[in-house]
Amino acid sequence: MKLDARIPSGPLAEKWMNLRDHLKLVSPANKRKRSIIVVGTGLAGGAAAASLGELGYRVKAFCYQDSARRAHSIAAQGGINASKNYQNDGDSDFRLFYDTVKGGDFRSREANVYRLAEVSGAIIDQCVAQGIPFAREYGGYLANRSFGGAQVSRTFYARGQTGQQLLLGAYSALNAQVAAGTVEVHPRTEMLDLVVIDGRARGIVTRDMVDGSLECHVADAVLLCTGGYSNVYFLSTNAKGCNVTAAWRAHRRGAGFANPCYTQIHPTCIPQSGEYQSKLTLMSESLRNDGRVWVPLKGGDERAPGDIPEAERDYYLERLYPAFGNLAPRDISSRAAKRACDEGRGVGPGKRGVYLDFEESIGRLGEDVIRTRYGNLFDMYERITGENPYKVPMRIYPAPHYSMGGLWVDYYLMSTIPGLFVLGEANFSDHGANRLGASALMQGLADGYFVAPYTLGEYLAGAKLDEVDTSHESCRQTVNEVNERTAKLLAVKGSRSVDSFHRELGLLMLDRCGMSRTADGLTDAIAKIRDLREAYWNDVTVPGEGAEFNQELEKAGRVADHFELAELMCRDALEREESCGGHFREEYQTDEGEALRNDDDFCHVTVWEYNGADKVPTAHREPLEFETVQLAQRSYK
Amino acid sequence: MRLTLHVWRQSNARDKGGFKTYELEDVNTHMSFLEMLDVLNQDLIGRGEDPVAFDHDCREGICGSCGFVINGVAHGDQPGSTVCQLHMRHFSDGDEVTIEPWRAKAFPVVRDLVVDRSAFDRILTAGGFITVRTGSAPDANAIPIATETLEHAMDFAECIGCGACVASCPNSAAMLFVGAKIAHLGILPQGQSERHQRALAMVEAMENEAFGACTNFRACEAVCPKEISIAGIARMNKDYRKALFSGVGFSSGKKRKR
Repeated sequence: MKLDARIPSGPLAEKWMNLRDHLKLVSPANKRKRSIIVVGTGLAGGAAAASLGELGYRVKAFCYQDSARRAHSIAAQGGINASKNYQNDGDSDFRLFYDTVKGGDFRSREANVYRLAEVSGAIIDQCVAQGIPFAREYGGYLANRSFGGAQVSRTFYARGQTGQQLLLGAYSALNAQVAAGTVEVHPRTEMLDLVVIDGRARGIVTRDMVDGSLECHVADAVLLCTGGYSNVYFLSTNAKGCNVTAAWRAHRRGAGFANPCYTQIHPTCIPQSGEYQSKLTLMSESLRNDGRVWVPLKGGDERAPGDIPEAERDYYLERLYPAFGNLAPRDISSRAAKRACDEGRGVGPGKRGVYLDFEESIGRLGEDVIRTRYGNLFDMYERITGENPYKVPMRIYPAPHYSMGGLWVDYYLMSTIPGLFVLGEANFSDHGANRLGASALMQGLADGYFVAPYTLGEYLAGAKLDEVDTSHESCRQTVNEVNERTAKLLAVKGSRSVDSFHRELGLLMLDRCGMSRTADGLTDAIAKIRDLREAYWNDVTVPGEGAEFNQELEKAGRVADHFELAELMCRDALEREESCGGHFREEYQTDEGEALRNDDDFCHVTVWEYNGADKVPTAHREPLEFETVQLAQRSYK
Repeated sequence: MRLTLHVWRQSNARDKGGFKTYELEDVNTHMSFLEMLDVLNQDLIGRGEDPVAFDHDCREGICGSCGFVINGVAHGDQPGSTVCQLHMRHFSDGDEVTIEPWRAKAFPVVRDLVVDRSAFDRILTAGGFITVRTGSAPDANAIPIATETLEHAMDFAECIGCGACVASCPNSAAMLFVGAKIAHLGILPQGQSERHQRALAMVEAMENEAFGACTNFRACEAVCPKEISIAGIARMNKDYRKALFSGVGFSSGKKRKR
């Protein structure tokens, strides 16, 4: 596997413009002849499909939901970053770039991150023009809020549902292209494999989720915009349908998988309430603008929060990280919460929870101001827990939320399979070992609106692509393989449900490859995952048939892929003998319990090459070269 | 707590379908309604029966995937919420609960509680957008928008497209859904150029689907999980009328049904 990041030469701030000046172009007449497949219709996929359609390409977009409008980007609450400096507080492209690189604990690719910061402003312009109602100040100009890991206010937001508004914007742009006849949308259609012909990605095999029929679609290039893999943990903040299958199938066909151990466990989620629980709900990080995080000073304190006097509370984020306080980055806040609970100071049933308290800000600003800022989040909390957060502090606990790792891509967002591009959360490139709040929406839209539409042209103009159709041998063979796999899952007819296996895998992963990891734990986990995977293929039960609407069958295929991914995550975590960002190896920490990086040996991206489900994968390395940023111990104190 | 569930079962669009009754013991009051169905489905799988199919995804009340009728009320009897946000603490031991899919000609049943809502996508494709090419937008602060205007637009932009409005309307009208989009884009300054053309095209597309017309029952507004006001319908009618009589809009080319 050859890894060439194809980073343009020149000073950091000029790389992207220089490249754009020299990228090959596809003429309007030729664009009409080129076909593109876009898998996933979230922010990255929706934006890319719409923008490519506008350019004149023939686009087919696929999603597993019943409408392109429902991709999980819709659930993002807090906001989207951009270096507009509308607040006059000293923000700049460089600052956004630097905060993101530092936030990622110096494990991301400098050039990609700078480009992200560079196009961030244009995203806001585009979204406002589409009619996205971002919050505004009384003069009618755009408002900002603060988010973790930054000392400027650069986050744009639409109440507590920024992701919804951005996605509906991208979806409306997509609809305009459907109307124009350039984009065809295939909802309730799941990608189950990638078709590779002569070493290039030329199509996908899909399953129609209504009637179960398999179909092959061919194109000149394939864009995977299929999100992250946090559902490997079973309980996560991801939507129930989120899965790694598209990315994993591409990995099996030769796409390198980068840094799979970099996962984000988000600090502010509603704690689990029972065994039956199916998913966890995020409470936006923006709440930490006005909420204060605390636990009782002493363990075993059973008093109601209101009965614990100030002097007997530990506002541990404010104490440990005075410069950032409650807005410390996510990885650091999550670990601090875990530590407080491990010390026996957790609150609520099961004692896995900390308080997020608004008493002080309600006293300072009044309940109405807090309601305007966070009303829908407070309502959501009350519906789920039955408690009123205006009166008693919220209880929160970290939960799996985002995956920084993903398919390896070069600066052009192309994977190790020529013609296969990977955008948004599905790729690995911009967030290093930890993602800062409000950066996921920015990256998804940057990739979709402003990066892939340019870099894809270079590939299409430069590649010699033979005409292929679905009668090609590779198409037929891939369809057959998908068919066989489905039949195999249905034929097991064992005694355990898909969910029961998924839950077991999730618990194991959370324990061994979650907020803290050890060599022993990971080694043991790899063996256990292998056993569990074998048990799965021998004892799972999938009711119904393949040729019908069958939600258990959909889940069964996804969980099978989660098993293989889980093993790779543990392997990657085991190999990375350092702590960085969300990857915390207990063996490598400072005296104060912070992540201890090892830049001499691990300042690289680990890219895994698939060798077969029962074989050990091969690790390749892309060294991370920092031309502009000085590697430093990350401090938020 | 113990519940008796009467659930609509229908194996596909051609099947006639009917209610089946299930007894569920030990329902925890902290469960969400969908988690209760997850538990039922695990039981059914254990017994070798087909689980109940229902659409769901984010389970946070924002994706709009979930939705069915509980004891006659779309999304159940909790105002301003989707099914996934309804928790079992609102039910009592021994309750009988009837669960059925959205009933509307425009939303054919796919399986059990799953319906086909693609008619909504077709309406939005007809004109539910502001035409702006990627990269051609002016600076975001170029047009100031008063906060009241902005908040007013946002009240309509919140629609999640779940279809509860259609399911609750005695006429199966889609006007709350269509009105919400027309109002969202028509209130904002960015949406003015296409305002009347948009209303014309979307209303025509709506009439080409199997939805009925609004007769002011306001059942839609009562069940809407985002509490969207029927004022959106008034705006839709106004913009549509203006487009028809002023000739500023042009038709999408399809002949309107009379």
